Amino acid sequence: MSVSAEQRSKGPPVAFTDAAVIDAFRRIPDYLARDAVLMARGRLLDVDCLLGPTVQPFHVAIRAGAIVDITPAPVLMRSSRFSYLASPQAWAAYWQPMPPAGWHDLLSLTKRGEATLSGDLHPFIAHLQYFKDVLALPRRHGFGGVA
Amino acid sequence: MTAFIEPIVGRYIHVEIDGEINRIYFEENGSGIPLVCLHTAGSDARQWRHLLVDEEFTKHFRVIAFDMPWHGKSNPPDSGYGTEYRLTTASYTATIRAFCKALDLDRPVVMGCSIGGRIVLNLAIDHAKEFRALIGLEAADFQQPWYDTAWLNRPDVHGGEVCAALVSGLIAPQGPQVARNETLWGYKQGGPGIFKGDLYFYRVDGDLRGRTASIDVRECPLYLLTGEYDFSCTPEDTLRTAAGIKGAEATVMEALGHFPMSENPAQFRRYIAPVLDDIRARNSA
Repeated sequence: MSVSAEQRSKGPPVAFTDAAVIDAFRRIPDYLARDAVLMARGRLLDVDCLLGPTVQPFHVAIRAGAIVDITPAPVLMRSSRFSYLASPQAWAAYWQPMPPAGWHDLLSLTKRGEATLSGDLHPFIAHLQYFKDVLALPRRHGFGGVA
Repeated sequence: MTAFIEPIVGRYIHVEIDGEINRIYFEENGSGIPLVCLHTAGSDARQWRHLLVDEEFTKHFRVIAFDMPWHGKSNPPDSGYGTEYRLTTASYTATIRAFCKALDLDRPVVMGCSIGGRIVLNLAIDHAKEFRALIGLEAADFQQPWYDTAWLNRPDVHGGEVCAALVSGLIAPQGPQVARNETLWGYKQGGPGIFKGDLYFYRVDGDLRGRTASIDVRECPLYLLTGEYDFSCTPEDTLRTAAGIKGAEATVMEALGHFPMSENPAQFRRYIAPVLDDIRARNSA
């Protein structure tokens, strides 16, 4: 077993800064705009939701699968349909080229208590693979963790 | 003819289960010790296609994989249409025993994955004498739920897409992309409500905590193997279960998740080959 129970309890073996995680999250709309296949999979999705690191969530507006707006929360009286927020260490681990076991999926992160999912989950569940892949985009674009 | 034809042969067998004939599709290859393979919840026996064509294994084992009723090419029983499908410990056990009896198998080895791994534990508890050895992949007496199964079958969520998307994270990232795609394809093809119905056994009816200590591995050897990336049935779940069964063998498989035989067949082979060798050695002793 490459990741022991002891290692799991200590957290991910990934160096990161909150600033690097937040910066990577801000770049997701641009990464998505360059991925026509992923955009097409979200073509029927219009939703306003709250996504990102717990230390800096973002209001994200999705229209026809594209992120048309991303604004740091809080925004006065801005509503959102659902939220998926994870700790910075969870995003840093999730975005590794080979994420460690238990840190490799949005729902493994909720199960281990590193992320929370709340609100009206219908748009999230109905487009689950889309959200998994959109929120993994920094992995494909060389997330460094500390840059 | 120059095209490659795989040695797998698929046929239908009529099996009486709980008083009703079920037309069950099964595939097989090889000769020797019968090895019956059980697929995961919501999928079908195609998951075993790599094991079925393994030239070394099939020299010594008659590898058989069947689609459970309601899955793959095994239709629901005639009385089942229009009803809500729910797998139970009793119905699952009855199906496996009836299938083995219908094929007249002599003390087969049974290897199951996920729900198949859980039911293997029940076979070890209640019917050990009928089997030569039992292998549980991604098996535990119980594991904590991590999503609400109500999402799996409702008109406003595409069942195939959501089933595949939920389990996609249970696959280890090291596996070949094509094997990952194929594993998920099985989930996209399941009948409506079938994955959810299988999980009734997994989540509600099949809690084996407090029962596994009675397993006697001297009567029937028990092997448990779980992938390190399986966060549904975690390595800790399997190790805890094995610790409560005197003599049970547990292995944590690196770079594998919840579907070892289909998500990364070459990596799985590294772990299952010694188990099958051990069973052969015991059989010839």
